[in-house]
Amino acid sequence: MSDFNFTRRTFLAGSSAAAVTLGAPLAFGAEQVKVGFVYVGPVGDHGWTHGHDLGRKAVEAKFGDKVKTTFVENVAEGPDSERVIRQLASSGHNLIFTTSFGFMNPTIKVAKQFPKVKFEHATGYKTAPNVSVYNARFHQGRAVIGTIAGHMSKSGVAGYIASFPIPEVVMGINAFTLAAQKVNPDFKTKVVWVNSWYDPGKESDATKTLIDQGADMITQHTDSPAPLQVAENRGVWGFGQASDMKAYAPRAQLTAILDDWSEYYINRVQAVMDGSWKSQNIWYGMKEGMVKIAPYGSEITDAAKAAAEKVRKGITDGSMHAFAGPIKNQEGKEMLPAGQSLTDDKMATMDWYVQGVQS
Amino acid sequence: MNDALVLGLITVVSAATPLLLAALGELVVERSGVLNLGVEGMMLAGAVTGFAVTVTTGSATLGIICAMAAGMAMAFTFGVLTLSLMANQVATGLALTIFGIGLSSLVGAGFVGIAIEPLPKLNIPGITTIPVIGPLLFGHDILIYASIALTGGVAWFLKRSRPGMILRAVGESDESAHSIGYDVIRVRYMAVLFGGLMAGLAGAFLSLSYTPLWIENMTAGRGWIALALVVFATWRPWRVLFGAYLFGGVTILQLASQAADWFDVPSQVMSMLPYVATILVLTIISAGPWRTRLNAPACLGKPFRPAS
Repeated sequence: MSDFNFTRRTFLAGSSAAAVTLGAPLAFGAEQVKVGFVYVGPVGDHGWTHGHDLGRKAVEAKFGDKVKTTFVENVAEGPDSERVIRQLASSGHNLIFTTSFGFMNPTIKVAKQFPKVKFEHATGYKTAPNVSVYNARFHQGRAVIGTIAGHMSKSGVAGYIASFPIPEVVMGINAFTLAAQKVNPDFKTKVVWVNSWYDPGKESDATKTLIDQGADMITQHTDSPAPLQVAENRGVWGFGQASDMKAYAPRAQLTAILDDWSEYYINRVQAVMDGSWKSQNIWYGMKEGMVKIAPYGSEITDAAKAAAEKVRKGITDGSMHAFAGPIKNQEGKEMLPAGQSLTDDKMATMDWYVQGVQS
Repeated sequence: MNDALVLGLITVVSAATPLLLAALGELVVERSGVLNLGVEGMMLAGAVTGFAVTVTTGSATLGIICAMAAGMAMAFTFGVLTLSLMANQVATGLALTIFGIGLSSLVGAGFVGIAIEPLPKLNIPGITTIPVIGPLLFGHDILIYASIALTGGVAWFLKRSRPGMILRAVGESDESAHSIGYDVIRVRYMAVLFGGLMAGLAGAFLSLSYTPLWIENMTAGRGWIALALVVFATWRPWRVLFGAYLFGGVTILQLASQAADWFDVPSQVMSMLPYVATILVLTIISAGPWRTRLNAPACLGKPFRPAS
């Protein structure tokens, strides 16, 4: 077992040499599976990329000498990522996980050139015979924290720090708002787009602005713990994103939505070892353990905790749905009648806000 | 509403301060005729050092001092390469940024996930509690006051002091300054070191006050904005202050207008504005006859090889 820590630059610089040295052992020990990971942020972001890296470490812990993992961090979405993915594919990796939405087209392109290499792309929608797509139903977690926000917000206004207006993010905003409105029908969510996945300074400015305008619940779809830290200092509450961020906000963090990729990564590596790997498109949630809720903070009220647990259990056993009708959009038009729940297709292409979202 | 406005202005000040500190340093560097594109790298070195030292020793003062020293160490490397070894300034500056990102991630790896108390705010009993003026003028931390004092200091230094005039002479015409006996390389070393000190201080402000934590690449491009700001301000200290508050103000206004639904302009357009202004200023400067009036140091970016 060994792990190669590359930054993108050293990786690209040394890749021609690596292609030779890394290519060699395959001839001797063909049973060793080489797994590559492409990350959009630094492993030290304490959020999204950190979560994927924990999955990588779980793969190493599980298979020991039978796998060799490589990761490349800080890979910009776009042409840079294509080079990185191609380098991994050409240096003898059997399975490559590309873990950001913007890696979708580069992954598909490289996959065509390397039909024997298996690819796994996170959060996208394009598959190929050797490309699988996997994603987590984060919105289920948002329904749980929305329930807590509805119970505990005094102003009835939440601040939402959002990255980019893609369906994934819109879905989260809507699920959070709908859940809060089940408790407090007048609940409002103010959304601020920072147009970045990762800019601690800007995320923190956005948080301050939202608190100044009356929000007393802070939640985010960006990757740094800065918003929670502001919430801690300003005496409001918030929720951790992608990782447990309690260290940054021991009082303010009521809970966190956790991504757990470990089991999925282990299963897929196992499938490559067995030769049973097939292209698939999966969207796992709390039921499969891909989305988890962190231990509740000490400031959470009993009522909020009980309600949150009820939602968590309901969604896990399938008796509840994060998008259950009736749902109205911002203009008050009915998007879903009572008694129905949104289909996966409708969710995956969501481009409208529910009533009560201010953006 | 008044409260929201005051709080908003306070946010603007803290968003502008790292830009102001880093840009002031770079201004002095550029006035001496050197272009150091490594501001981002030096800021990161300062941010990680300031945070690590503060966590380890418990003293923010020591953290700030070490952050400035770290920025200077990075700047010294740049100086050796470009001033003594005559390496290309643009390439070396870019390398310094990339080096700074990598080095700070490596040093900071053990400090991710630790939280510290932000720098204490100035709090004068009876004065800070005066509505509006109190928190606006007397409710900040020491680095914010320092940034304004430093603006005045740099302005005075460049305009009124003898060493400041020598520095400008070196930046305007290195050959002439050399021929009347000034040590061009030495002056430029001093300027470059000051640039590093200020970038380090800006980094310390980020990791100790603005967002009191360390995470990789936390400057997120502020070093580049500082560089743009120097051009935007046409190399004048008070305009740097104005520009920094304007850049900060537009950023915060952009965020606030989204939350409050004030006007219906896409947020992306608002985020573009400061850069559009910078490009405009740059275009005007490169138009020719305006150049001298707009203050660009004539020797900016040109290596100096003393004729023997």
